[in-house]
Amino acid sequence: MIRITCPYCGPRDHQEFAYVGDATLTRPSDDAGADAWYDFVYLRDNPRGPHLEYWQHVHGCRAFVKVLRDTLTHEVLATGTAADDLVAGGR
Amino acid sequence: MVPSLTGSGSGLHVAPVNTAAGMVCRRVFARRARAPIPAGGCMAEYSVFSLVRHALSGHRSWNRAWRDPEPRRHYDVIIVGGGGHGMATAYYLASLHGVRSIAVLEKGWLGGGNTGRNTTIVRSNYMLDENAHFYEKSLQLWEGLSRDLNFNVMFSQRGVLNLGHSDGQMDSFARRGNAMRLNGIDAELLDRDQVRRMVPYLDFSQNARFPIRGGLLQPRGGTARHDAVAWGLARAADRHGVDIIQNCEVTGFEMSGNRIRAVETSRGTIGCDRIGFAVAGHTGHLAAKLGLRLPIETHVLQACVSEPVKPMIDSVVTFGVGHFYVSQSDKGGLVFGGDLDMYNSYAQRGNMPLIEHVISAGVSMIPSLSRLRVLRTWGGVMDMSMDGSPIIGLSPIDNLYLNCGWCYGGFKATPGSGWVFAHTIATGAPHPLNSRLSLDRFSRGRMVDEPGAGPFPNRH
Ligand SMILES: Cc1cc2nc3c(=O)[nH]c(=O)nc-3n(C[C@H](O)[C@H](O)[C@H](O)COP(=O)(O)OP(=O)(O)OC[C@H]3O[C@@H](n4cnc5c(N)ncnc54)[C@H](O)[C@@H]3O)c2cc1C
Ligand SMILES: [Zn+2]
Repeated sequence: MIRITCPYCGPRDHQEFAYVGDATLTRPSDDAGADAWYDFVYLRDNPRGPHLEYWQHVHGCRAFVKVLRDTLTHEVLATGTAADDLVAGGR
Repeated sequence: MVPSLTGSGSGLHVAPVNTAAGMVCRRVFARRARAPIPAGGCMAEYSVFSLVRHALSGHRSWNRAWRDPEPRRHYDVIIVGGGGHGMATAYYLASLHGVRSIAVLEKGWLGGGNTGRNTTIVRSNYMLDENAHFYEKSLQLWEGLSRDLNFNVMFSQRGVLNLGHSDGQMDSFARRGNAMRLNGIDAELLDRDQVRRMVPYLDFSQNARFPIRGGLLQPRGGTARHDAVAWGLARAADRHGVDIIQNCEVTGFEMSGNRIRAVETSRGTIGCDRIGFAVAGHTGHLAAKLGLRLPIETHVLQACVSEPVKPMIDSVVTFGVGHFYVSQSDKGGLVFGGDLDMYNSYAQRGNMPLIEHVISAGVSMIPSLSRLRVLRTWGGVMDMSMDGSPIIGLSPIDNLYLNCGWCYGGFKATPGSGWVFAHTIATGAPHPLNSRLSLDRFSRGRMVDEPGAGPFPNRH
């Protein structure tokens, strides 16, 4: 079980959340061109190690929570609101 | 009628024996391997005669199945990854394309990745042409693989049955089945009674939460023995002079211009002319060392095996509502699995809630499962592509070839993947069977998305 601390609800098990995915991507402007859109829609860093990602607290407050999690150990290194900049070790 | 692709009489066609013993594979003691075997002499190394001969000497004088060579300074072709795909690629490069100097570099032990972790289902029941022709080629190679390798991979064509639970699902099965037949692949649409005759232990009661309407059957689908596939391919590749180097992790690359000149490994630097990646879930990690980003995410998939029981399930059956599929191994254990854990992971282990989810789907499909104990669960890390189909072909780097994006269906592709990948590496251009499975299909908008799930790797 992975325990994720929702900034609004506190520590909850990951079953309460829906995984959304990579939180490092920025949606390009509509006229940014095919390359930028290809990057955004298809390409991923896919790191083995710390990964910045969104989980939605669907069975709680429904907020999008930003999570820094190690993909090799599943350890959650930091969590915050969608707007937070996360660094390992705390918000 | 179903077009028959098996009737050539040439394949070994290891059919399940329909006796009380259920799914026991017919043992195959192949005669002579087709390709010349340098070290083995004229008698096949593995035959009923060699078995008797070695039995008389207490099985102490068998040859090593493959050598354990020190890496050389340079190879014409380096394959990174000693799973089924890497081994098959090396085998076909040596046996069909005459490439003489090949190394397979494996960071752990041979077949210790997904090849040794999967639920061994083999099928070619795809709808889209790009997948259908490729997987059908692979299935045909499976049909002759034991003889080709002189190693019984226990390929058992016990049939793969997908269950349908609604009118919409039966319509989509009819569509896929027709597409398969048009592509020369066997498919049969079964109604509820036909399904019931075939697999009576499913929940056909009034209480079934998801009543069974029918199913789509591919009779030529089935299972194979995963370790035997790794070992048989390794032995055959070794006999063709391929160096299989285990405990050798590729950690970096030496470039000259847009080419990889050498790989840095835990056992020293090794030069190469051409290089192929067949590292499944680790593709993204390795590609990042080259500055490449790929349309792939790595996710963990778990599976389970139950305590062994008497013959019960003599085919492969998949649930049509929840994600659950099951077969029975020759040792009697029920081998089953379901969905991904859903979050990015390189951990090779998952979490219990998903196991609970898989088992509840299983019990809803086969109520008697509730009485069984689970013996083991495990996980493997999957290269989930953005359209759910594999990527086999050229890369942005001149002499690098990519074999990845297998999602959780790459075991069945093992021989086909090696066959087209060997062709691609040997000739520098894809074979028609993999030309549409190229990396550039994503930027060109030519996705091969069977379920129409969109660019979300964990939904495929
Ligand atoms: C639980 C589970 C169930 C599955 N069920 C099925 C199924 O029923 N049917 C089906 O068709 N498919 C199934 N699959 C998928 C299938 O197992 C894979 O797609 C297939 O085995 C991939 O083969 P491979 O040779 O590409 O990868 P692998 O067997 O994973 O081989 C890749 C190898 O590369 C090595 N490697 C990685 N990085 C490096 C490095 N830097 N240097 C050197 N070596 C490296 C790894 O150690 C590994 O041995 C399942 C997978 C899992 C995990
Ligand atoms: Zn919350």
